[in-house]
Amino acid sequence: MTKRMWAFVATAAVGLAFPAAGITKQHGGTLNMIAWEGYTQPQWVKPFTKKTGCTVHAKYGGSSDEMVTLMRSGGGGQYDMVSASGDASLRLIYGKDVQVVDPSKIPDFKNFGKAFQSPPNNTVGGKHYGISLQWGPNTLLYNTKKVTPAPTSWGAIYDPKYRGKVTVPDNPIQIADAALYLMKTQPSLGIKDPYELNKTQFDAAIALLKKQKPLIKKYWGLASDEIDLFKNGDAVIGASWPYQTNTLIAAKAPVKDVVPKEGATGWLDTWMVSSKSKNLDCAYKWLGWISTPKVQAQQAIYFGETPVNSKACAIMDTLSKGSCAQYHANAPLQYFKQIHFWKTPIADCGNGQKNCMDYTKWQQAWTQLKG
Amino acid sequence: MAAGLDTAEGLSREVGVRRRLGGALWRHPFLKGLAVLSPTVLAFTLVYVAALAALFVSAFWTVDAFTSQTIHHWTLDNFRQLRDSVTYRNVAVRTISIAGAVTLTDAIIAFPFAYFMARIATPRMRAALFVLVLLPLWASYIARIYSWKLILNSSGVLTWSLHKLGLPAPNVAYSNTATWVVFSYVWLPFMILPVYAALERIPHSYIEASRDLGARGFRTLRSVILPLALPGVVAGSIFTFSLTLGDYITPTLISGASGQFVGNVVADSALRGGNLPFAAAFAAVPVVVMGAYLLIARRLGAFDAL
Amino acid sequence: METRGTRIALGVWVALVLAFLYIPIAIICLYAFNSSNVQSWPIAGLSTKWFGPAIHNGDMQQALVLSLKAAGLATLTAVLLGSAAAFGVHRFKFFGREAISFLLVLPIALPGIITGMALNSYFVFWKINFGLWTVVIAHATFCVVVVYNNVIARLRRVPGSLTEASMDLGADGFQTFRYVTFPTISTALISGGLLAFALSFDEVIVTTFTVGASNTLPTWIFSEIQRGQELPQVNVVVFLIVLLTIIPVALAQRLTRESGILRTE
Repeated sequence: MTKRMWAFVATAAVGLAFPAAGITKQHGGTLNMIAWEGYTQPQWVKPFTKKTGCTVHAKYGGSSDEMVTLMRSGGGGQYDMVSASGDASLRLIYGKDVQVVDPSKIPDFKNFGKAFQSPPNNTVGGKHYGISLQWGPNTLLYNTKKVTPAPTSWGAIYDPKYRGKVTVPDNPIQIADAALYLMKTQPSLGIKDPYELNKTQFDAAIALLKKQKPLIKKYWGLASDEIDLFKNGDAVIGASWPYQTNTLIAAKAPVKDVVPKEGATGWLDTWMVSSKSKNLDCAYKWLGWISTPKVQAQQAIYFGETPVNSKACAIMDTLSKGSCAQYHANAPLQYFKQIHFWKTPIADCGNGQKNCMDYTKWQQAWTQLKG
Repeated sequence: MAAGLDTAEGLSREVGVRRRLGGALWRHPFLKGLAVLSPTVLAFTLVYVAALAALFVSAFWTVDAFTSQTIHHWTLDNFRQLRDSVTYRNVAVRTISIAGAVTLTDAIIAFPFAYFMARIATPRMRAALFVLVLLPLWASYIARIYSWKLILNSSGVLTWSLHKLGLPAPNVAYSNTATWVVFSYVWLPFMILPVYAALERIPHSYIEASRDLGARGFRTLRSVILPLALPGVVAGSIFTFSLTLGDYITPTLISGASGQFVGNVVADSALRGGNLPFAAAFAAVPVVVMGAYLLIARRLGAFDAL
Repeated sequence: METRGTRIALGVWVALVLAFLYIPIAIICLYAFNSSNVQSWPIAGLSTKWFGPAIHNGDMQQALVLSLKAAGLATLTAVLLGSAAAFGVHRFKFFGREAISFLLVLPIALPGIITGMALNSYFVFWKINFGLWTVVIAHATFCVVVVYNNVIARLRRVPGSLTEASMDLGADGFQTFRYVTFPTISTALISGGLLAFALSFDEVIVTTFTVGASNTLPTWIFSEIQRGQELPQVNVVVFLIVLLTIIPVALAQRLTRESGILRTE
């Protein structure tokens, strides 16, 4: 009987010892951030931590919806910062989830291109709710061995030729991509802006996506999902970001990407700070760091996007020859105007009419499309 | 029984507080019952049940599409949307069908296994088998699902093995078949253990009596063993059914574009769509289904077999 | 009693089922030794080079510590609340007795996502910070029933005459508990506790909703699988988990095999 008693005591002691063990105390603060994949790579995070003592924990989001939800989760305040695209930033501002930041505290702010200092997606009423980060297009990714000839049109992802081998993002904003394709191929619909769609235009886009559904292998939720699909050969063509292309090429997969002739949707990202964050010191240090020309160049090359700091171009070419021109960092404005950046669809069509489909309808339609 | 305290014997010992308290509790079983039960019951009611109630209240609210803020305005909009849209009905039917298929599959796989364990294996073998069945449950649920992802994808073990045998690639990755296989795999131990427990409890005398009455092996199986094992099967099915209805990890990692399940519609709505009220409304579906299932299970005696 | 043919057939079935259960686990353990970081079959080569980075991974260590703490505290809570409830339900007949069993089994019977969402809203409403304690509360809800079932099953096998005999010999309520009742249920408590620890350590759905910005080990593994950048490390961690959990499970088995001071079987 005593032996069993001792066994019990021993087990209980071991069980209680675990709560007593603690993690080593951390110096500096910890920044919990929500980021796109590829935005917090060790090559620029490690030097940051070494320099400032602030540690970075990143949670990856696969879509703007997810980022808005994460920022608001747990009553807000679970995360300090978020790299929000244009279709998340205004939602966060109006939802009071992010706070005003002071650009004068960011030394490199004055080096930003004029269009990126106070863009409407992060500056409201003259107040800056974040610091612009980088921008780029959504691309058409394809397996060079299985998809010939090389595609030049978005029509390739709606083509039954690749049945069961197509992948597109699991994101309601993908409806805008369908609308963009219709904008160019069915001008009679009269779509002027892929995010401002009246009922007829919206239904046409959904009909196109419904026709596409049997071709889809999987709707990818995170960039790594798509990378897996291409690596395993489960998908050979799909809508993507340059990050996937760069990662797959680094892993010796036979892929290439292209911005098709119809143009592309894209993103324009801002680093925002939570209104409930307690780590403002580290947050501003991060904002300053991520805006320096060197880090802007590193991130631009790694992800495949365009930096907002005009001084980054020179450094990009030293890191990777020709990358400045490849990612349009030298002549941004012309290229910039061709991309239809993500923004949250609202009922106000911007031409006096208020019959456009708002984002709830986009979300509902997307869930119903997936079935 | 309480003689010890009031007699001379009891007085010869020190009547301390502890004895008095012990005595009082013995004489008033109601107090003892209250003291023993109230922490658990209170904890559950004030935390768990309250949380559940709050969740279902929120099913009657909505969120602002733009800011994702909850609007505390009573409305049946969420339920109306569920009723009007064919999609959600399809999702519910698909999930319940897969849950049923998984339960059936696991019951068929588990029964012979549990029979062997309960009635044929030697005690040492039985103990070993028990541990062997329990062990996969400890091997990280996420990892077991992930291993199937590695097995089923186009460059994985399955395709490679079939290729070696000269068979064509099954192309089963990211399909409902894959989802069914993975669910059946993950929940199998939950079905084996209750069925084993039920079979183990059947006294050998019953089998002998059945034989004495002239029944051969199969008849005994059908008329004596199966009915007595049924509560165990139903108990196991509670797990397989409920776990399948609510799971979103497997559909996220394993299934493809062929359709969503209740688990991932609810999880997507809550974790990605920022729409907890709608998630709560749709979550009412598995709750109602499980509620009905539990009532039937209780009738069939499953709770005694748990 | 069964024919020889049936026995052999069933034996083969058992072997096949065991293969079905273990081959995926074996495969994922094999991948822990995959020298390449490409997760395809056949494996490129064998190597232990991922073990070092995996064990020294700071995020993994933090997740592991949180998992152990949460599981330990949740198990403690479950043991206290579960055994107390088992005593109450076993000893006393009252109205609503079955309701308590039903109440305790709810967290396991209802899909985890519902428990997760419900507790999430609850914690947000009461402005409780997400972290260790929210996870402990969440895990305790479904761990209680595991201990409860084990203890009540054992109590049903213990004759009430033991308690009465103890009282007759002059022990008060507390002494009876300590010297008579507790030893008979101790192994049930331990095995229930170990099972509760396992459930808590491995849980991911409810945890996702209640852990906030931190990670327990399973949520860390899940997010790493989705990120796809450190898969070799994930494989190593999984392999180590499998290895390290054989011990408690075997221990729990040895403890429940003995039926205490009663050898009625």
